[in-house]
Amino acid sequence: MATNIQETELTQEEKFQQLMKFIESNREKKGFLIPALHKAQEIFGYLPAEVREFVAEQMNIPVSTVMGVVTFYSFFRMNPVGKHNITVCMGTACYVRGAKKIVEAVENTLGIKPGETTEDRMFSLSIQRCLGACGLAPAIMIDHEVHGRMTPQKLEQVLELYK
Amino acid sequence: MGLKIEINNIPLEVEKGTTILQAARKVGINIPTLCYLEGLQNPGSCRVCVVEVEGANALQPACVTEVNEGMKIRTNNKRVRNARKIILELLLSSHPWECNTCDRNQSCELQTLAEEYGIREVRFQSTQEKLPLDESTPGIVRDPNKCILCRRCVAVCQEIQKVGTLGPRYRGFHTVISPGQVDLLGDAVCVQCGQCAAVCPVGAISERDDTEKVWEALEDPQKYVIVQTAPAIRAALGECFNLPPGTLVKGRMVAALRRLGFDKVFDTNFGADLTIVEEGHELLSRLKKKLVDEDKTVKLPMFTSCSPGWINYMENFYPELRDNVSTCKSPQQMFGAVAKTYFADEIGIRKEDMVVVSIMPCTAKKFECNRPEMVDSGVQDVDYVLTTRELGKMIKQAGLDFVNLPEEEMDAPLGISTGAADIFANTGGVMEAALRTVYEIVTGKELPFEKLHVTPVQGLEGVKEAELTIKETLPDWKFLEGVTLKVAVAHGLGNANKIVESILKGEREYHFIEIMACPGGCIGGGGQPRLTTDEVRKARIQAIYKEDEGRKLRKSHENPALKELYNEFLGQPLGEKSHQLLHTHYFDKKNKKEKEKVKV
Repeated sequence: MATNIQETELTQEEKFQQLMKFIESNREKKGFLIPALHKAQEIFGYLPAEVREFVAEQMNIPVSTVMGVVTFYSFFRMNPVGKHNITVCMGTACYVRGAKKIVEAVENTLGIKPGETTEDRMFSLSIQRCLGACGLAPAIMIDHEVHGRMTPQKLEQVLELYK
Repeated sequence: MGLKIEINNIPLEVEKGTTILQAARKVGINIPTLCYLEGLQNPGSCRVCVVEVEGANALQPACVTEVNEGMKIRTNNKRVRNARKIILELLLSSHPWECNTCDRNQSCELQTLAEEYGIREVRFQSTQEKLPLDESTPGIVRDPNKCILCRRCVAVCQEIQKVGTLGPRYRGFHTVISPGQVDLLGDAVCVQCGQCAAVCPVGAISERDDTEKVWEALEDPQKYVIVQTAPAIRAALGECFNLPPGTLVKGRMVAALRRLGFDKVFDTNFGADLTIVEEGHELLSRLKKKLVDEDKTVKLPMFTSCSPGWINYMENFYPELRDNVSTCKSPQQMFGAVAKTYFADEIGIRKEDMVVVSIMPCTAKKFECNRPEMVDSGVQDVDYVLTTRELGKMIKQAGLDFVNLPEEEMDAPLGISTGAADIFANTGGVMEAALRTVYEIVTGKELPFEKLHVTPVQGLEGVKEAELTIKETLPDWKFLEGVTLKVAVAHGLGNANKIVESILKGEREYHFIEIMACPGGCIGGGGQPRLTTDEVRKARIQAIYKEDEGRKLRKSHENPALKELYNEFLGQPLGEKSHQLLHTHYFDKKNKKEKEKVKV
């Protein structure tokens, strides 16, 4: 992902500089908060508290307004994404074949809940309704690769491949 | 040209831009509202005000729909009533049914509507989990479970006060109103003005209830409990007992407080007179240092310091103005410091055994009395602050028939005051009181306004200005001869923000500025009986001016008890003793370390 590459290249200070430049020229524009947040997420990969505060300050609006928008749209993330994104399918077919147990297994193995990222930033966990791999139910997807007919035991082996 | 419309077959003509709600009120038709708040951009989100408009498919929200020529509106047919019932049922489905134990029992707008619309059953059930209470601040308690997401608090916090602490978070069923980025108000920048609590239609935002602590003190034989009442209480307390807004109840209030068991019933007005004498001299001293001594460290304009919401706002948003704000403590805190030194000594009571209770129209006063530096008497100067609403409850709990109580007088000496102190209650009042004294000190003559009222700074306009050219000065004040004193007054923090910005940008220059955090001043405070509309504000202000005009003494420096205080105890205004007891300093709360040090 482009954002990940950028993250390693720029220092934190340079990122804030870049964001400031973007906001500077458009500060007074009505409805500019969402583009500003898009840019911020593109630069930082997610929107942590200090970035939300920075955007509020730069745009001269209350941080509560920024928080309102960030939490309203599911596109915006307040937690960092890991190097690998685990998506567990919770569509009908996967659900009846035990997807819940798979989610629990990921939660227990990695210690994160859906929407969270491990402390070492290796894995993030998210849930989707259908991956379109019903024949392999229950299915998970890690980054762009689908792994089918998951069991808690098999999950551990699969995760090993990404560590 | 007006627009001709019909509401429930009643023909009427209204101006373009009138909403259906406003038009209906003109002909005495009440349309229920929950999210609507006069004078604000209304979201039209609660839908309880829906009405039927002929020709329109869907019911229309009356609070945001403007009338058109020929519009025919029905506000009370079966379709409308059924829609409102369902809306109320849906609101109640995710609302805890704790009416009996709720702070707003019998003063809740949702409860009232449920009663009016005869809701006897709620067919829907919500599965929402219980959220924790927010009791992180001294002034305000939030119960997000009771919130109906009407967003009045958000509108007041953002549009009127321009503080912007409160805002919605998440969406749909998960929406909650929360303070900025954090979960607790105490961790956010909140000035504690309580305007959110003043407009909340339900029990989601209220003041912290301190009545039990006061009952305990009153029943403790070891304690000598005295009470001070802010000037704004006497024009509003009656509303807790269904008297019309603007009823003056000072005498009955004193009688009630005495019957509650307070050892002395005193007046914050005494502190207000004291504030004027100190602050007036401070202003003159600043003017002298600036104009005669050319002392560059002295800052002008000088801002008033009575409003703790304003002080919090200044410390958090404009700490660079710290040296512009008068060092005078607020009347409440001056009173506390004098009571636990001068008065305690006089009657031979240990200050540790004295409890000072304040009745305030304000939630921020609860914060103020807990500020760590407010201990100049050697102990906490003011122990407990109750709002007007809390006092109303105590009077009811005591079984007092308030409306029929006799009129009684405040006790001496700290209950003696002048009309100048009364008008501290409303916007423009502190300025007027200060000018009455300052002008007379400098010229030996009365302030040259009819009935001593500085009319340009009266009224509900957000920012008001006045100029006063000083003539025929006394010998000591020759340097002020011919000087035109420029003053300004703002109420509501949004208006304060306008004044501050215009000064910082160099667009405006003043000598003296009065700021009150709440719209209308203290009479519109966050702790006053609900709901404070502009009409209510005007009624309360008018009562306060009446009280002032009915007094023999109307200038703070004429207060005989104050003269005695200076002769026997303080010495002179701005003297050493005053400096130690009556003046304070402010903090830079943009600086996180400094803020943490003085956290309440």
